[in-house]
Amino acid sequence: MADMQDSRRSAFQTMTGLLSLPRGARLGAGPTIAAFLLVVIVAASLLAPLYVPYDPLTMDAMARLSPASAEHWLGTDQYGRDTFSRVMYGGRVSLLIGVGASLVSVAIGLCIGLIAGFFRKLDGPIMRVMDSLMAIPAILLAIALVALNGPSLGSVIIAITIPEVPRVVRLVRSVVLSAREEPYVEAATALGSSMPKILIQHLMPNTLAPLIVQGTYICASAILIEAILSFLGAGVSTEIPTWGNIMAEGRNYFQIKPGLIFWPGLLLSLCILSINLLGDTARDLLDPRMKKREG
Amino acid sequence: MSFKPRMGTFRNTSVAAVMAGATLAAPMAFAQDDETTTLTAVMHSGLRVLDPIITTAHITRDHGYMIYDVLTAVDENFEPQPQMASWEVSDDDLTYTFTLRDGLMFHDGSPVTAEDVVASLERWGQIDSGGQLIFDRTESLEATDEKTVTWTLSEPFPPLLTVISKQSAVPPFIMPASVAATSPDETITEYIGSGPFVFEEDEYEPGVSVTYSKFEDYVPRDEPASWMAGGKVVNVDEVVWTTMPDAVTAVNALSNGEVDYIEQVQIDLLPILENAPDVVVETRDDLGYVAIGRPNFLYPPFDNKELRQAALTALDQENMLATMQGNPDYYNVCGAIFGCATPLADESGSDPVTSDDEGPEQARAMLEEAGYDGTPIVLMAPTDVISLVNQPVVAAQALREAGFEVELQSMDWQSLVQRRAQQSPVSEGGWNLFFTNWMVPEVSDPLINVMLNGRGDDAWFGWPTDPELEEMREEFIAAEDEAARKEVAVRIQEHVMDNVNYMHMGEYLIPQARSTAIEGMLPSPVPVFWNLTKGE
Amino acid sequence: MLSYILKRVLATVPVMIIVAVFVFLLLRLTPGDPAAILAGDAATPAQLERIRDRLGLNDPLHIQFFTWVFQMLKGDLGTSLISNTDVGGMIVSRLGPTINIALMTIVISVALAVPMGVIAAWRHRTWVDFAVMSFSVLGFSIPVFVIGYIFIQIFAIELRWFPVQGYTAPSAGLWDFFSQAILPSLTLATIYVALIARMTRASMLEVLGEDYIRTARAKGVRENVVLFRHALRNAAVPILTIIGTGFALLISGVVVTESVFNIPGIGRLTVDAILARDYPVIQAMILLTAGIYVLVNLIIDVSYSFFDPRIRY
Repeated sequence: MADMQDSRRSAFQTMTGLLSLPRGARLGAGPTIAAFLLVVIVAASLLAPLYVPYDPLTMDAMARLSPASAEHWLGTDQYGRDTFSRVMYGGRVSLLIGVGASLVSVAIGLCIGLIAGFFRKLDGPIMRVMDSLMAIPAILLAIALVALNGPSLGSVIIAITIPEVPRVVRLVRSVVLSAREEPYVEAATALGSSMPKILIQHLMPNTLAPLIVQGTYICASAILIEAILSFLGAGVSTEIPTWGNIMAEGRNYFQIKPGLIFWPGLLLSLCILSINLLGDTARDLLDPRMKKREG
Repeated sequence: MSFKPRMGTFRNTSVAAVMAGATLAAPMAFAQDDETTTLTAVMHSGLRVLDPIITTAHITRDHGYMIYDVLTAVDENFEPQPQMASWEVSDDDLTYTFTLRDGLMFHDGSPVTAEDVVASLERWGQIDSGGQLIFDRTESLEATDEKTVTWTLSEPFPPLLTVISKQSAVPPFIMPASVAATSPDETITEYIGSGPFVFEEDEYEPGVSVTYSKFEDYVPRDEPASWMAGGKVVNVDEVVWTTMPDAVTAVNALSNGEVDYIEQVQIDLLPILENAPDVVVETRDDLGYVAIGRPNFLYPPFDNKELRQAALTALDQENMLATMQGNPDYYNVCGAIFGCATPLADESGSDPVTSDDEGPEQARAMLEEAGYDGTPIVLMAPTDVISLVNQPVVAAQALREAGFEVELQSMDWQSLVQRRAQQSPVSEGGWNLFFTNWMVPEVSDPLINVMLNGRGDDAWFGWPTDPELEEMREEFIAAEDEAARKEVAVRIQEHVMDNVNYMHMGEYLIPQARSTAIEGMLPSPVPVFWNLTKGE
Repeated sequence: MLSYILKRVLATVPVMIIVAVFVFLLLRLTPGDPAAILAGDAATPAQLERIRDRLGLNDPLHIQFFTWVFQMLKGDLGTSLISNTDVGGMIVSRLGPTINIALMTIVISVALAVPMGVIAAWRHRTWVDFAVMSFSVLGFSIPVFVIGYIFIQIFAIELRWFPVQGYTAPSAGLWDFFSQAILPSLTLATIYVALIARMTRASMLEVLGEDYIRTARAKGVRENVVLFRHALRNAAVPILTIIGTGFALLISGVVVTESVFNIPGIGRLTVDAILARDYPVIQAMILLTAGIYVLVNLIIDVSYSFFDPRIRY
């Protein structure tokens, strides 16, 4: 039964993880297009300072909510800031949140998971704490965490990270649990290898493939959760544009000026789509067994 | 000094024309009998606190006016008028005698007595700052008989009637003596008033909706209603207040005929209502609101008067108001700290913040002269209160342009109200500047305006120690007539602009929107639900 | 079986205790002052201090914690610091809308998603498959509030089929309930449909490759019987699992849709309470949602044996 629980994936992972190629198939057009899209979006975001026409923070009270024009390609928002510049800059921050949240949660989850999987005595208590964290709805936990630390970029990343950690821990732990029964690990233990050495040299490599896959899903979900946090008034400050807070601020103008939601929304959706597709591909390439084990 | 439009130039913007033909009958959110008329109103905030004395929250004050009545109330000329009681003042100005009118009754059927009035005034006097001023000078407050209250002072307090008639923030609502016996630190638990509406406790959902039914035994005064004074004649059976977390949803609900009234509509959403048949957009409250910034006087840079002046010069009312409101019909660049359309209005000394010429350059020069050392300004910015989101963002940019270092710190409103109470240095969780807003009647007089308290640690957040201002406030209290009061008020205006006790960022209006079925809605700073009728 | 259930129920006890301690500490560490929200903008520091005293917010942390735990054990969820009303009562009155919308969402989702997934698997690698998958990818790439606004714009404002907002209890009017609940349920369902359809498709694909399906087909069993009786039943376990894990997703969606559609449910109650630092309400709500999460997953674990005879305890 324990295995069954461990194989239960996070809702998001399952949700996003199954648009996959049939096993053994070659890379199709999907992942290629996704990779291309993602490269374009990432490059466009990273290089934004080089080509956007305005500072994303410069306001102009007299030109607020102006329509698209030669001067403002996508119009302006309620502060008179240039939407195009903000959306492109917003990509940087949204991607940073996605990558940051996935790296941090994978790193923390890996450490805890290795410990839980290896030390039998710690396994019980650690997993109970992880169960508890999972039982608290992620969005409510995130709002409370943002309230605790203030809505800075770092604290939003942490708020998104903490609810993800238990899922990573479960994944790592299940990999370690099965790997530690392998003959070479048993041999290493018998030969008196030190604990850290066994953990890092023998057990950790096994977790790499599933973690890369899991990381991409966390990245996609973090970008979405950031948008929801902004909607609920618990997001990053408006001085740091993100796709999420541009959309959240633009929601009052949905009927008057839909572009404020449409453009960041389009990029956000394309980005999430691509990340997930690539995650699926990575899953199939890196670990063909994973799908079967988890199904 | 440039001339700016006065309050009088604000237009009542009726957007939609009356259109015949029913809209497709969307199911109503609240079931209706054929017999009862129910008015569904979307209020600016959810009602959560039911004690109108303990809190200064506007929605609770509005609730107070629904179910409670007041002794005296100001009319639209800012004149106190009898409401529950008429009064007489002795020749030495020390004794006020209030006589309750006939027919006053609480919702539980018991008559309103002088004892109830005394108990209610006493509880209010322990909390309200204006009330405290009166009770500091009170010799005795007694119920001399069933219907007479005698208030004896130790020294004259000319503004007494103005203070007890004030409509905001905490008017002395009259409750049964047993309820008024509740400690002023605890919220009341029985909601019985003698006002024109009865609170329906069973249907109350905190923060979501509250239902009031007409109090059949209420006897309105004969005079026509004017602001909070006059006859409160109720023509509907039921009023339901709801709140909607999403402003667009509220506007769509009104244009779809699902609700009858929205108390506050964001200006940017008005275009949606323009196409809606059967909807009228108008300004109920011609006085409107003021936006203000409050510096912290305890720590650099704003412990330095010259730097406060530089900041005031850097800021520009027009720029801030235009961003907040968009449509110039709904804001007013005006330097009068007591409000432009109030008796004490005066714009002396407000040039730095009202004239937009060369603001940044001038401010930069002032900074240099004052020897600004680059100490960053920690500017607190709320993320979850829509009406307060814009101001710090705009201010941050203006201050930066003038050469200030600004650290805009976002937080939810709760974190902000806790943090602004911290007197510690910025490095230990303090702050330098925040923005908020007030209704004009809450700042229209040196006694009501809490930001004019200059008593250091006892002052409002920011804690200026300003003996000069305190002295002028005493002079204001002692002033014998209107002209003398006005003279003191002008000096206070000049002082506040020069010393920058706070940054007065101008006035703005928030329109309301109603279905054309509702007629006879009174203009008033507080939304009132008497006098109006609801047709088909 | 019974001892298994008992064991599982007992295992939830430490989880709930950890949740309680964690939430309590998290809230006390968070800056904020319920007294300030209660008293409003113009309150003096002295008045705030007296109110904090009255509310017990100045007591030492461990006293506050044990007072709360003791209360809970007596079945008393406490009193809201802000509205001074009973938290239990508040939750009960706000639970109905959320549960009804959630149930409707699940019914809609399952009704749409399972056939979609089955057909996509059956017509694997055809345009039907592609269409179903594209739709479900779209469903989770767009933030919920945007989906809500789009539905309002189309169905409530342009077409005027349904009201924009509001909630009526089914007992107060079944038609009103449905007309108001349909848009929020559909909004929530987009994610859920995406989720379930993909899961159904994936597990059906696995099952359809099994020998007994080929045998059944070879024996001439009708295709819809093969699909819906043989294959779907064996594909049920992962589908059930996803409904359980999707519960957490549903909660975050509920918080947003309740704002967009003005539904007086527990999602809004909790967010409002967090923003107002109404500690008793937040604590009770998080314990409650955590409890429901644990319970739902317990029920699903137990029901596995019903769908998959290979799982025995």
